Amino acid sequence: MGYPRVVSTFDDLIAANERVEPRDEMPDAYRATLVRQIAQHAHSEIIGMQPEGNWLTRAPSLRRKAILLAKVQDEAGHGLYLYAAAETLGVSRDELLDALHAGKQKYSSIFNYPTLTWADIGAIGWLVDGAAIVNQVPLCRCSYGPYARAMVRVCKEESFHQRQGFELLHTLSHGTEAQHAMAQDAVDRWWWPSLMMFGPPDDASTHTGQSMAWGIKRFSNDTLRQRFVDMTVPQAEALGLTLPDPELRWNEERSSWDFGEIDFTELFEVVKGNGPCNAQRLAHRVRAHEEGAWVREAASAYAEKRAAREVA
Amino acid sequence: MGDLWEVFVRPKRGLAHVHVGSIHATDAAMALRNARDVYTRRQEGVSLWVVPSAEITASSPDEQDSFFDPAADKAYRHPTFYEVPDGLHI
Repeated sequence: MGYPRVVSTFDDLIAANERVEPRDEMPDAYRATLVRQIAQHAHSEIIGMQPEGNWLTRAPSLRRKAILLAKVQDEAGHGLYLYAAAETLGVSRDELLDALHAGKQKYSSIFNYPTLTWADIGAIGWLVDGAAIVNQVPLCRCSYGPYARAMVRVCKEESFHQRQGFELLHTLSHGTEAQHAMAQDAVDRWWWPSLMMFGPPDDASTHTGQSMAWGIKRFSNDTLRQRFVDMTVPQAEALGLTLPDPELRWNEERSSWDFGEIDFTELFEVVKGNGPCNAQRLAHRVRAHEEGAWVREAASAYAEKRAAREVA
Repeated sequence: MGDLWEVFVRPKRGLAHVHVGSIHATDAAMALRNARDVYTRRQEGVSLWVVPSAEITASSPDEQDSFFDPAADKAYRHPTFYEVPDGLHI
């Protein structure tokens, strides 16, 4: 802020495109919206470890295994950056995890699809992380400071995720006929769910208007989706793979790619809990949490014992 | 699990530690290890500080005007307050 300083209200800050920081006064609804969004984002990162973790022990080489391990570890780190950002809003990480486990808070529906082959690891990196980057880059300028700063860190790391996926698919696509077919099959299955990651179309999106007014969201769902399509089509060409949409064609007038209609009934079904892996993902998360309880208890007991000894 | 700790990273020698976020830990040693794993996976730092969040005393945003006010009417603390002849580099 310039010189001389003045006190800024929430509305002043938003109007001036300044950042809101944790101890500033803010409307309850702004706080609640951020908690919902950041928690959902954090949950997505840690649930997102599962579909990829599924292939860790079956990676085809040590190189690929080390890369995948680093990526899955990054997802855990991203979850932690985001839970830390949410905690600046006055909620605790334990509460948020409880809400996830009880099904009261959601995570991105994309992680409710299974990873059937090794090529799916490439498709997730290239398409799912690619879509995530398009969604997340504008969040680096979100009006809430801690969320924006967490997103800067996340985005830096995501670009490795996307490139390793692209390289993986490129290798398969230019390998044997069977490898090429496996890569094509993975892209066929992940393309439409990736487009759905941007959320419902603008005219059906319930939160967009308010979130944009508050500077939490900078672009509408459809704008970001189009940006992703335009970015991805030439990459698919470079991969030698086809995107499974017969209506995909260049529109000279718009300088953009036209694409076919998205079946959003599928998205809503998965959101409702009827995707292929919803139950499995949540059950696995709850089990990991419960089976880790003794570690948390032991750490607390150790700290208490040490503290008591220091006092004595 | 554990208390909240604030994490500060010195990105390289010659620079100050900068706040990067927070971490949960039951004691200082665990806080340092967790901070290393979460905030320096790509050589982002050469030194780490962890501080229990509850130990930080912060100025209140509500007092912005009164707390920082003494500086507002002392424009003469800034070099731009002073007139110097054109064309001179001072």
